[in-house]
Amino acid sequence: METALLYVAGAVLLGLAGVGVGVGVGVLGARFLEGIARQPELLPMLRTQFFIVMGLVDAIPIIGVAISLYILFAVVGG
Amino acid sequence: MASESLTTTGYIKHHLQNLAFGQHPDGHWGFAHSAGEAREMGFWAIHVDTMFWSILLGALFLWLFRKAAQRATSGTPNGLLNFVEWVVEFIDDNVRGSFSGRNPLVAPLALTLFVWVLLQNTMDLVPVDWIPHTTQLLGEHVLGLDPHHVYMKVVPTTDPNATFGMSIGVFLLTLYYSLKMKGPVGFASELTMQPFQANNVILKILFIPVNFFLEFIGLVSKPVSLSLRLFGNLFAGEMIFILIALLYSGGIFWAVLGGVLQWGWAVFHILIVLLQAFIFMVLTVVYLDMAHHEH
Repeated sequence: METALLYVAGAVLLGLAGVGVGVGVGVLGARFLEGIARQPELLPMLRTQFFIVMGLVDAIPIIGVAISLYILFAVVGG
Repeated sequence: MASESLTTTGYIKHHLQNLAFGQHPDGHWGFAHSAGEAREMGFWAIHVDTMFWSILLGALFLWLFRKAAQRATSGTPNGLLNFVEWVVEFIDDNVRGSFSGRNPLVAPLALTLFVWVLLQNTMDLVPVDWIPHTTQLLGEHVLGLDPHHVYMKVVPTTDPNATFGMSIGVFLLTLYYSLKMKGPVGFASELTMQPFQANNVILKILFIPVNFFLEFIGLVSKPVSLSLRLFGNLFAGEMIFILIALLYSGGIFWAVLGGVLQWGWAVFHILIVLLQAFIFMVLTVVYLDMAHHEH
C-alpha cells in the first residue's frame, strides 16, 4: 500500500511538473515567436531574454522532476 | 555497473552520497561509511569531495585566466587569449547591460561566478562512473578500504551545500551594498514603506508589519531560489545520467541503447550547463543592481 502511494506520489509530481513547464514555456515560446515575427531585427536581444526567462520558468519543475525520479527509483526500490 | 551484490537502488544511492568527514557520535573524527553515519554527524560534517572539486576547479579558473592575462599582447592573440578575451567581453557586455551603478567589484564577481559555476557544471558531462569508480578502485587497492564505503560525488553543484554557499555569499554582498548605498534608514524604509503606502501617519504605522512581511519574504527568497535553481537543474541532470547508466547492466542491446541515450542527454545537457551558469551570473548582477538603487 505504501509503495503504491509512493509510486502515485512520484507520478503525480512528474506529471504536474510536466504540465506546469509545458504551459509556461509554451506561452513564453509563443510570445517569443510573435515578437520575432513583428520585429525580426530584435532577434539577438529577444533570444537572450527568452533563454533567461526559460531558465527561470524551468527551475521549479526540474526540481520536481529530480525529486520524483528519486522517489520512483531510489526510495521505492529501497 | 549493477552486479549481483549491487542493487539498482544501492547504485543510485551510492552515487548520490557525498564523502562526508566529521565527528562520529562516539567522539572520534573520520569519514562516514554510510548515509546514516553522515546524517548522525550533524551540522559540522564537511563534504570533502564537494570541497575538493570546487576548490580544484576554482584554482583551475584562476590559473588559466592569470596565465592569459600575463601573456596578453597587443599583437595577434593565440587560442587561449582569444577564448579568455571572448569570455571577458561577454561578461562585460552583460554587466554593462544590466548593472547601472558604479562598482568595480561587480564585473569581476560576475566573471568568477560564471566561469566557476560553468566549470563545476561541466563535471556533470564526465561519464557518471569514471571518477567515482576510479576512486573506489584506488580506495580498495591502495588504501585497503571497503569499496562500498568510498563515496565520490564529482559535480559540486549537485550538492546544495555548494550552491547555498555561493548564493549566501551573494546575499551578504546584497545586504552590504544595500546598507552602504541607502544607509540603514533607507534600507529599513525600503523594507517597511512599500508596496503599501499611505499619507496618514496611523495608516503608515499599520502598514509597517504587512509591508515588512511581504518584503522580507521577497528578500529571503532571492538566495534560496538562486541556489535551489542551480542545484535542482544539475541534480535532475545527474539523476537522469545515473538512471541511463543503469541500462548498462541489462545486456548488450540495452548497453548500446544506454550509450546512445547518454550521448543524447549529454548533448542536451550542455544547454542546461551553460544556461544555468549564465542565469546564476545574470541574477547575481541584477540583485546587486537592485541593492544599488533607491526606490
